[in-house]
Amino acid sequence: MIKDITIGQFFPGKSVIHRLDPRIKLLLTVLFIVMLFLAKGFCGLGVGVIYILLAFLLSGIPLKMMLKSLKPIVPIIIFTGILNLFFITQGEPLFEWKFIKITTGGVHTMVFMAARIILLIFGTSLLTYTTSPITLTDAIERVLSPLKVIKFPAHEIAMIMSIALRFIPTLIEETDKIMSAQKARGADMESGNIIHRAKALIPILIPLFVSAFRRAEELALAMECRCYHGGEGRTRLKQLKTAPRDYIALLVTLIFIAAVILLNIFVKI
Amino acid sequence: MDKFIEIKDVSFSYVNEYEEPPVKNTVLSGVSLEIGRGEFVAVLGHNGSGKSTLAKLLNAINLPETGDIIIEGMNTRDEERLYDIRKTVGMVFQNPDNQIVATVVEEDVAFALENIGVEPDEIRRRVDEALKEVGMYDYREHAPHKLSGGQKQRVAIAGVLAMQPKCIVMDEPTAMLDPIGRREIMDTIKELNAEGVTIILITHYMEEAAQAGRVVVMDSGRILLDGRPKEVFRQAELLKSVGLDVPDVTDLTHMLIKEGIDLPDDIITEDECVEKLYALLKKGG
Repeated sequence: MIKDITIGQFFPGKSVIHRLDPRIKLLLTVLFIVMLFLAKGFCGLGVGVIYILLAFLLSGIPLKMMLKSLKPIVPIIIFTGILNLFFITQGEPLFEWKFIKITTGGVHTMVFMAARIILLIFGTSLLTYTTSPITLTDAIERVLSPLKVIKFPAHEIAMIMSIALRFIPTLIEETDKIMSAQKARGADMESGNIIHRAKALIPILIPLFVSAFRRAEELALAMECRCYHGGEGRTRLKQLKTAPRDYIALLVTLIFIAAVILLNIFVKI
Repeated sequence: MDKFIEIKDVSFSYVNEYEEPPVKNTVLSGVSLEIGRGEFVAVLGHNGSGKSTLAKLLNAINLPETGDIIIEGMNTRDEERLYDIRKTVGMVFQNPDNQIVATVVEEDVAFALENIGVEPDEIRRRVDEALKEVGMYDYREHAPHKLSGGQKQRVAIAGVLAMQPKCIVMDEPTAMLDPIGRREIMDTIKELNAEGVTIILITHYMEEAAQAGRVVVMDSGRILLDGRPKEVFRQAELLKSVGLDVPDVTDLTHMLIKEGIDLPDDIITEDECVEKLYALLKKGG
């Protein structure tokens, strides 16, 4: 039931994209974003489309999932679209009525920006679809660890994230139990207006918080007993190793970026 | 047996600073105990008798207020030896859910080793070894939250075992488990003890204590009884007076003795009881 929910949107698999070193995958995602922002015209974005479609095909993630990832950002696309449409006044006027003026420039920017946002979401979704949250956390820790020099708490952040991930199922289970217990005592959580329902959550949240704090204390104790003393001098069971496929992926990405730059210089559309 | 753990006249109290004036709550007063290498000691006591506090003193989670605790010649007050002490005395707690740190079984078992900076190859070897020891090797890539209570607790034990401690202190490891889980854990404990790991088992199940080599009974911060299980459980009246019980079979035999049936008064396991009763019936019939 509620216990079986999946965390994040990881889509398990064994494709080449899944098996890429997570650090490289992070880097590739960043490079892809750079590629999108370098593109000055539709041809440049076209290169981005080819790149991301290729990656999706290789990953074996169903296209349906790809479209699903867009759902939460539809309002943003519409909002920026409207802004661009009405406030950009370059180019030929297409439509004028009182103070509203739509120009070719506006339409062009609207479509261009929307396409860029959609591609951006595809790229980042592909990362979270093909990398489990815990692997991602691990990669973030390792990528950020050079920043320890400037006292950036890379290990601590990764630890917090991984403990949070570890405790999500436990706390969901606990919420389930508390809800049942409160329902058994006559709590009504399904009826009434929104304020009433929000109030009905209080008897669930308070025990949940109390128990979460108790768990935190016990976990801290157990971690101390296992010699935990921060990230200093820590080794890892799993070493991340880059394989030839990682370099190939990097090379392919760089070629695509070069293509975008060349298109910017020579095609200008 | 050489002195492995020495508890010398230890007192401990919690201070409740929220009260005005602060209330001092003495939990342990003048406890002395020696535990030899390879022993299996069960510590009994009702809630608030100080048994969990004693456990936390053994690996320097808390420091004694007065007195000293010496683990293999290391005083727990010696901060420089802190991690050596924690490597020597591992600790397993009641709720397995709150001791598991990682989202994958093998990574959790590796946690302690990662902390003490063991080389990755050696971590791999020791993690596999520890998981095999508790019979969880086949589950090494599972998510802990999908395991049963007994399995989770065995993963927690493996996590401690990977440090290769000479002693494991278990603070009511079976309290939250069902009977099957409890049996799993007791079997694991006995196996570890047979391999030479010193076990200190804090429990309030008399049947579990009866399986130990030595039973220490605590009451209001002091040691009330200390001896072999048979010697301790023979004193049913005293145990009952401090709110403890004796194993059901011991209770049964004591009742039968009262009725004039000729049985020894130190029976603590079911098998023993069955054997004696069978012999008696055979003789009578």
